[in-house]
Amino acid sequence: MRQYFQRKLGIYALTFFVAVTVDWVIPRFMPGDPVQTMLARASLRPEASEAMQAYYTGVFGLDVPIWRQYLNFWNALLHGDLGVSIWLFPQPVTSVILRAIPYTLALLVPAILLSWWAGNKFGAYAARRRWLDNTVLPVGYVLTATPYMWLGILLAWALATVAGIFPIAGGYSFDVEPSWSPSFLVNLARHWFLPFASLFLVMFGGWAIGMRNLIIYELEADYSHYLEALGAPQRLVRRYAFNNALLPQLTGLALQLGVIVAGALVTEIVFSYPGLGYLILQAINNQDFFLIQGAFLFIIVGVLLANFLVDVVYVLVDPRTRVGMRGGA
Amino acid sequence: MSVSDQEELAAATPAAAAATPVTVAELRASREALHFARRNRKLLLGAGVVLAFLVVAAVGPLLTDHGPNEYVGPPAQRPSADWWFGTTMFGQDVFAQFAHGLRSTFLVGLLGGGLAAVIGMTIGFTAGYRGGITDEVLNMVTNVVLVIPTLAVLLIIATYLRVRGVVPEAIFIAAFSWPWVARAIRAQTFSLRSRDFVDLARLSGAGGARIVFREIAPNMSSYLFMTFILLFGGAVLTAAMLDFIGLGPTDGMSLGLMMNNAVLWSALPLGMWWWFVPPGLGITMIVGALYIMNVGLDEVFNPKLREL
Repeated sequence: MRQYFQRKLGIYALTFFVAVTVDWVIPRFMPGDPVQTMLARASLRPEASEAMQAYYTGVFGLDVPIWRQYLNFWNALLHGDLGVSIWLFPQPVTSVILRAIPYTLALLVPAILLSWWAGNKFGAYAARRRWLDNTVLPVGYVLTATPYMWLGILLAWALATVAGIFPIAGGYSFDVEPSWSPSFLVNLARHWFLPFASLFLVMFGGWAIGMRNLIIYELEADYSHYLEALGAPQRLVRRYAFNNALLPQLTGLALQLGVIVAGALVTEIVFSYPGLGYLILQAINNQDFFLIQGAFLFIIVGVLLANFLVDVVYVLVDPRTRVGMRGGA
Repeated sequence: MSVSDQEELAAATPAAAAATPVTVAELRASREALHFARRNRKLLLGAGVVLAFLVVAAVGPLLTDHGPNEYVGPPAQRPSADWWFGTTMFGQDVFAQFAHGLRSTFLVGLLGGGLAAVIGMTIGFTAGYRGGITDEVLNMVTNVVLVIPTLAVLLIIATYLRVRGVVPEAIFIAAFSWPWVARAIRAQTFSLRSRDFVDLARLSGAGGARIVFREIAPNMSSYLFMTFILLFGGAVLTAAMLDFIGLGPTDGMSLGLMMNNAVLWSALPLGMWWWFVPPGLGITMIVGALYIMNVGLDEVFNPKLREL
């Protein structure tokens, strides 16, 4: 088990290192001059311009040797300093992002957990039941082929614009003050529902199909046939098949995390939901390079943490990882 | 498509039908596959839908005499005989945008999916066949790229590109979407490389590349093809997301960019459904058809799954 975690953590550390390096390299070696672009943009605000001119020369550190710039970058990073946002000058990028994170997590965490649970249950139930199978399969494939933002767009159009049941945009209405009062929480929940639902549905399709296919393979496996030959009830055979099929689905969850996060980002953009995705859109529209780079690092760290969580769960459910170095996501 | 699908594909397809080396048996197998392929409804349906869209992509732009970004008609028109898919807020022809966008979609899918398949296969075969330190290094690289969220990297790369085209976009997508392929192929190569027929080839003095391409790869050709289909779909979806965020092609048109424009210019509250329904529907139908095609192919190549 120790070896298992050591290997995993080693890879995550290396990944973080690579990601930070990429984050540092790209602005420096891409064609074009980001400092000029930013200053051109910033010159719209005279009071900011001068401070930023000095700031950027410092941060991009064009006066010190290149290895020095790299070390400085790490140093600032480890102190939680990701630069200053241009869009929201002079707020630091870190605090801008930290304000958006709770919204993104509030969408992502329930959507991931619920869709994984419901999709697996449903897929397992549908497998090898002719009528259900024939409907679930096409619907599931269409759902998982749907671009996240398009399902969001459709839901927003149907349930907000046409039916008027849900609000179409924002994290909460403009006319209410954030507080812990029940009326505000209801308001918050009503704005949360549609983006959550579109994330949930797309993922649900994927998990249901995955589980359905896995169950069919498991039911073809020798141990299933053996159990059947012993006269075990169908329900028991299916339960064993389900338990075995959960492991690859867990691996699948780890592998899909990047795509899921991306899905959340674009869904937020559809609903102008004030999370990380919406922030990134604003950053792109305002040429706010520091904000984008900061968001990139936050996403990487989040995905690495989530991966690690899956690894821990894997150890809990797969005894093989506990005894030897084998198995694992 | 969930990755577990890909994993279990890897587990199911490989060695069962494998051990037969080339020649007569091979020929019979391919004729048998063709026999089942022609009778597989999922495969035919999927292929039909993809082909239909391919035709629209090829012919559509020729039917209109203006570019996708030209302001040619009255703004915000509903679909009509004059404007088949209506017009945008600025009087651009939605059908022209759609047809041109389809071209980008197929280009990104073919190029992005194809390149990713090549990279994944090269690394997977090399790691699996060579083993040892080569395998260790390649495996580590694979695992690192696997964990990095593709869209996040593309995000910072695309941000710093002043001029963005569809081709570079496809190349960047390919550069970050190959890892699961490399992993699956490496695992299968491992299981195949110690087979008797591979040993025989090695004894007869064949080189590594020759053994991989002539002995090992043909035994998983069906899997390789299905991998490409999944990569195609993945590349299309990734490109759509990237374009939707606002990092799409700066001079061309794409389906993701159409949705981006629609949302940006309030098509949603205004209820201009003809602006945002076609691009999403196009992507969903193409990618969904590809996935269903894959299920059909799976049934064709894997006798266990055939419905009798």
